[in-house]
Amino acid sequence: MKAWLTALIALLCSGLALALGAAMLALPEFAVRLPGQVAANLDASGVAHPVTAVLLNFRGYDTLLEVAVLLLALLGVFALSRHASDHAHPAAPAHPVLQTLARLLAPLMVLVAGYLLWIGAYAPGGAFQAGAVLAAAGVLLRLAGLLPAWAQPGRLLRGGLALGLLVFLAVAVAGLPQGELLHYPPALASPLILLVEAGLTLSIGLTLAGLYLASAGWRQ
Amino acid sequence: MSAALLYALAGAALFAIGLAGLLLQPHLLRKILAFNILGSGVFLILVGLGQRDGTIDPVPQAMVLTGIVVAIAATALALALARQLLDLTGQMRLPEDRPDAEPADD
Repeated sequence: MKAWLTALIALLCSGLALALGAAMLALPEFAVRLPGQVAANLDASGVAHPVTAVLLNFRGYDTLLEVAVLLLALLGVFALSRHASDHAHPAAPAHPVLQTLARLLAPLMVLVAGYLLWIGAYAPGGAFQAGAVLAAAGVLLRLAGLLPAWAQPGRLLRGGLALGLLVFLAVAVAGLPQGELLHYPPALASPLILLVEAGLTLSIGLTLAGLYLASAGWRQ
Repeated sequence: MSAALLYALAGAALFAIGLAGLLLQPHLLRKILAFNILGSGVFLILVGLGQRDGTIDPVPQAMVLTGIVVAIAATALALALARQLLDLTGQMRLPEDRPDAEPADD
């Protein structure tokens, strides 16, 4: 790339940073008080933590579509055809210490994921954090050579991947006769959110782990 | 200046750094990294500006949580595509960024 073009891009990006900073310093006061509105409706949301209430109740659409995006990304990775690669390195056999550690840690990580899922209703935590811990357990087991890569996910695995989205969709549609999509009856909100989050935890964990495990299968 | 505003300003700087990296770095892995830095800047701006009056706003926090998961998925797909390109062409650059496509005076 030409030197003057590089300098120009660097200059423009610096200018953009300065303009953004100036715009932030000149921002007016909040026109709408969202924290107050969330706090006022927290009792009806079925959970006691405001972020979880926003994620699963007040702005459930975001979360529903996000899970769909996650699944789409995984389908995209699966859809890439595998080619024999010149750049593949055969996986080195895992160190026995790593294997022992992974065997010890994996059940603990599942336990932590369950805790995070449950505590999400009252404190920071929830389906995404729990799913991320589950996925980390999967990647750790794969790195220790204890879990095979996904060459072709079977029926059970594919069901697990879609479970979170399907449960969420079912709950969303079930509220339709009462009024609108994703409208939980306040009496049932708490168990419904826990049900959705449990499904999401499993599917997010499998999907995030799958994003790694699917492409790890290309090594063969 | 509150700490929250400082986070937002740092986010603006990260956004600009990421954008410059995305435009200037020809290597695809660096482009993907730059894209992540850019996205982290946006998250910092959202969370920082959301609490600039001292009360923590859960709405941008939830949006950022959603955004992080989407960013992970997008990064994984981008990495898979970059690897596909490497397997097919042996290059980690887009065709227009390859040295042989540039004029000789570079």
